[in-house]
Amino acid sequence: MSIAEEAPVTIAGVDVEEQARARRDRIHRIAKWTLPSLVMVLSILAWHLYVTIGEIPHYILPGPVRVAQSLVEDWALLWPAMMITSRLTILALLMAIVGGVVLAVAFTQSKWAEMSFFPYAVILQVTPVIAIAPLLQIYVESAFVAALLCAWIVAFFPILSNTTIGLKSADHNLQDLFTIYGATRWQRLRYLAAPSALPFFLGGLKIAGGLALIGAVVAEFVIGRAGTGLGLASTLLEASYRFNFGRLYAALILISLMGVVIFAIMSLISHLALRSWHESALKREGQ
Amino acid sequence: MPPQDLPLGQRPRLLDVSHVEKTFNGDVVALKDLSLEVNEGDFISLLGPSGCGKSTALRLISGLMHPTSGRINWSGGQGADDLGIVFQEPTLMPWATVAENVWLPFRLRGQSYVSVRDEILEALKLVGLDKFQNAYPRELSGGMKMRVAIARAMVTHPRLILMDEPFAALDEITRFKLNNDLLELKAKIGCTVIFVTHSVFESVFLSDRIIVMAARPGRVIRELHVDAPYPRHEDFRTSAEYAAFTRQASEALHDAMGEAA
Repeated sequence: MSIAEEAPVTIAGVDVEEQARARRDRIHRIAKWTLPSLVMVLSILAWHLYVTIGEIPHYILPGPVRVAQSLVEDWALLWPAMMITSRLTILALLMAIVGGVVLAVAFTQSKWAEMSFFPYAVILQVTPVIAIAPLLQIYVESAFVAALLCAWIVAFFPILSNTTIGLKSADHNLQDLFTIYGATRWQRLRYLAAPSALPFFLGGLKIAGGLALIGAVVAEFVIGRAGTGLGLASTLLEASYRFNFGRLYAALILISLMGVVIFAIMSLISHLALRSWHESALKREGQ
Repeated sequence: MPPQDLPLGQRPRLLDVSHVEKTFNGDVVALKDLSLEVNEGDFISLLGPSGCGKSTALRLISGLMHPTSGRINWSGGQGADDLGIVFQEPTLMPWATVAENVWLPFRLRGQSYVSVRDEILEALKLVGLDKFQNAYPRELSGGMKMRVAIARAMVTHPRLILMDEPFAALDEITRFKLNNDLLELKAKIGCTVIFVTHSVFESVFLSDRIIVMAARPGRVIRELHVDAPYPRHEDFRTSAEYAAFTRQASEALHDAMGEAA
């Protein structure tokens, strides 16, 4: 009996181990979507059964049907609120990107600027935004602008700190190489520091996206209270005062949905920017 | 006749290093009284144990560091594109393709890719990587990355190429291959090389002059001339001549270590 006969090869050139791996990969790909979907369906079902069988009053816990109803019936109210919260979040994030990157570049270009201002960036970050919000409400006339500032304060620090680290993390030998070739400050920033900082910046962006939403929600809670009803979070708070728990849950679901969408967009941007070269975006063989 | 084909004593002077010393923190003498005449076409190895100041010497010559005392003079003055350098690591930009990495020295002079594309392809062809111009560094093996680094160092045809233990991290088979290729390259483009290494075998195979150095303080112990003609091929490695030169260099290195101990 020859060795060739012993080896259990079924498809040309693909051994048993490879076949098993291909099968496992296929199952993983399907399970990645079906399992969480199944968990969601089962949870909603359990929620529904708990509410109907236990006869829980809707002002304690509304059932999924009631929440879905609120989503549809209150859509005219929820949709504009969501637009305001989205605008708040996106504007805050954009300002955080601009502010964070500009400050990070300033800090890495000038040691003096960093020494002078970095401690204050930290102070701004560690002071709870919920404690600053009432002050902003007093000094800033527009509720929207006050809320925007709140969300910006929360979102900008991770971008600043990550980008600063990234700009400083360029390979030392490459820096020497740039020195030998007589690179200008601008060339160094553009061709060396900026690409080195990109993965760090994108990491900061992912965090900042979530934080901008949190900042917007906190700001609406505090600032929207003064009767200047802002976005989804204000709607949620108001619904809780009125014991309209169906609407409260509907608003909550929309807020989480926004968070998920923001995270997905940031992940996509990061993937597209790094896929060709960065370690974090590489698929390794056999995994 | 290109300077590298002239005998050692007749080549025009490129660089004079005279009585250069480097002291760190006021009391650590990294390099003591280094004098070195570098001639056009030379292949000089700085050979010695760790801490003998060979890398410091290279950094001083490259201008990345300035001597505490002594002078480094380029004959005819130093121009912006007189120098190429290869580090122990390939030191490529991971976000740029192979061709873009080789473009770097031109790019920093403000030259567009299109205007120097021929030079870039020529350099890549010389190191045997013209088919990989659009690959990213992560797709290449260690030896191939080092070839890209060499292509980048020589693409501007600098008068002097400095190499700081470029092959130390590679396996022996790859190292031998790159040694052979490096000599071939040097013969083709006719540059001058100063090569830092701690390998006796590598230094003998490559250089026509070996500067043996000792540590604490870093200083020159002896200069050896390897009077074997170029081109040197794989058969040089097994020749009696080669064995004799490696014995000389090993003994010199042994003395260097002995004095340090």
